[in-house]
Amino acid sequence: MVQLTINNIKVNAEKGMTILEAAKSVGINIPTLCHLKDLLPSGACRICSVEVEGYRGLTPSCAFPVSDGMVVETNSARVRRARKTIVELLIENHPQDCLVCVRNKNCELQNLSETYSVREHRFVGEKKDHAIDISSSSMERDPAKCVLCGRCVRICHEVQKIGAIDFTKRGFYSTVTTPFNKGLNVSDCILCGQCILVCPTAALREKSSLKEVVSALNDKNKFTVVQVAPAVRATLGEEYNLPLGTDVTGQIVMGLRRLGFKKVFDTNFAADLTIIEEATELIDRVSNNGKLPMFTSCCPGWVKYIEQNRPQLLEHVSSCKSPHEMEGAVLKTYYAKKMGLNPKDIFVVSIMPCTVKKFESNRAELAEENLHDVDAVLTTRELVRFFKIAGIEFGDLPEDKFDNPLGESTGAAAIFGTSGGVMEAALRTAYYKLTGSNLESLDFEAVRGSNGLKEATVKAGETELNIAVVNGIGNAKKVLDEIEKGSSKYHFIEVMTCPGGCINGGGQPIHQKPEKIMKRMRALYHIDANMKKRNSHENESVKVLYKEFLVEPNSPTAHKILHTHYLDRKKILDN
Amino acid sequence: MHTYIFDNYEAKDRSALIPLLQDIQGIYNYLPETALKDISEFVDIPLSRVYGVATFYNQFRLKPLGENVIKVCRGTACHVKSSANILFAIEHELNIKAGETTRDKKFTLEIVNCIGACSIAPVITINEDYYGRIAAKDIPKIIKNFTRKSVKQETVPAKEGSLK
Repeated sequence: MVQLTINNIKVNAEKGMTILEAAKSVGINIPTLCHLKDLLPSGACRICSVEVEGYRGLTPSCAFPVSDGMVVETNSARVRRARKTIVELLIENHPQDCLVCVRNKNCELQNLSETYSVREHRFVGEKKDHAIDISSSSMERDPAKCVLCGRCVRICHEVQKIGAIDFTKRGFYSTVTTPFNKGLNVSDCILCGQCILVCPTAALREKSSLKEVVSALNDKNKFTVVQVAPAVRATLGEEYNLPLGTDVTGQIVMGLRRLGFKKVFDTNFAADLTIIEEATELIDRVSNNGKLPMFTSCCPGWVKYIEQNRPQLLEHVSSCKSPHEMEGAVLKTYYAKKMGLNPKDIFVVSIMPCTVKKFESNRAELAEENLHDVDAVLTTRELVRFFKIAGIEFGDLPEDKFDNPLGESTGAAAIFGTSGGVMEAALRTAYYKLTGSNLESLDFEAVRGSNGLKEATVKAGETELNIAVVNGIGNAKKVLDEIEKGSSKYHFIEVMTCPGGCINGGGQPIHQKPEKIMKRMRALYHIDANMKKRNSHENESVKVLYKEFLVEPNSPTAHKILHTHYLDRKKILDN
Repeated sequence: MHTYIFDNYEAKDRSALIPLLQDIQGIYNYLPETALKDISEFVDIPLSRVYGVATFYNQFRLKPLGENVIKVCRGTACHVKSSANILFAIEHELNIKAGETTRDKKFTLEIVNCIGACSIAPVITINEDYYGRIAAKDIPKIIKNFTRKSVKQETVPAKEGSLK
């Protein structure tokens, strides 16, 4: 314990704490910009400068450890003037087009400008001028809006361990960009969007598909339907100031209906379907000496990662399409036939917590005769914008239920949106398939939580399954290296690109509240626990689908409709 | 082609990055894209960071040099002796900006901060030769000398006062 004085308040702080943390513990707010919780401080932006007695210059509080007897002033005139100048300099090298900016009212630069009452342009000078990178199908990069805080670079290098973008050049010409300033589409980027979540401005943002969706809704010849991913219902409320982890499923369904979608389906239905297919594939691989360990394939970021970095291991990835693609495929085959619709007239929109899903829906492998399984993907944030334009007051919406038959789901599907969820759901069904009875306790505590690598061993009858759950693509390297060496003991591995899983996906509401992952996770487990049916194989609509159309899991029809193949993208990128 | 340089370094040694970049530039006179990719794999540093380092330091070039390298001294003594005019005259003559290479790859124009030849300011160097106490009006003549030299090998003779 050390004792220091901050703004004449006596503070007891732990050794090793930074001034920033110590100040926060007694309710003193110090603004930050480049600071990222849980990562090493970079001290680049200097907005958190404070005065420390005995030191000549100002000190960055995010990178300075407390010591005994330290006297700190966080709010002196000198500190305020320095901070204001920093903000003014940042603003003057910024387009200042807030009125037409996607991050208007949710921008840290705007907040700082407001906090420090910047009311005039004291500095006028040359502005940086960069083209907007619209090369990828998921994300846009607008370096003119970048304030060079480096948060995206650190998330990409230190957390995701991809390193697609970095600082280049220096001084005034410094930019965060890809190698050789090429488009994101030909870089190492997997489009996970974690950089969007930490970007304080709109320098990184998703590529909006709102126009396509609106024009499909206005087209009278189109049968426009929508599906909602599990993770969206646990986060969308945050955009309406509801507490973290509020389940707003009913309101989303009603809101989507009011937007004019003919039918509102649940991606959870397809999640149950995925589990049946994936569990069957796993059992087949285990009992017939197939390639093991098997990886889940629900996460398109993960699939893109392994395609780009370890194409030699692609055989380990399950051939199942991801749930929303399965839902789209079933809609354009089984459902179209059942309802007497032309598959070409069906326009499937997915509401996803994810930016890579946009890229995924454009993949040629996920289309039948140029007819894509999913036609457009909207992120959680885009849906909120759509609600706003359409005059839908979310708080006052009555609840509604999903349409059937592609709206029924079990608890196992709900937890797809969190790290460990796919594994847990698959184990419940695999156990049933191997032993003929359901697990006694359906809760797998070992695969829950936000640890980067979780492992467990499950005994199902005579079969013993070693499983691993990876979240945050940066944690996948160890598991992949083991497989390459041939020393992997696992049978089944779930990988989700984003730390915490889809609930922390790149398309989710943007804010830096630290407890967001745990609270959103809890919301999904809560939905699961309150469901009458918690096993994917108990989903009645899925059973009917097999009876009427797919025959049985992994049947030739199921393979044609629900499975896919992958590409060696390393080869493509190298050329 | 350049892979032999890796023999002198230990794989995955991050500190080898800058020496490796220098070696590559020693071979090619600039840093080709493929070489940066090879370095990135060898030292196990993402390509974006390798590229970041290569663009951070002035000593590294990502484009090949022209046949003749013109360096204009912009140090204090030369500045006082109007080296800004000299630079402008060269830029005008070659139709490029400092740091660029002409389209025909004949000339690269660079700025240096002090050559250490202040006594003959303003001074420029072309390849190994020093040109001191020059004025802007001398520039076309000096440059023409070099165009004629290199044009000799080609069939098209350069016209008076034109480089293109």
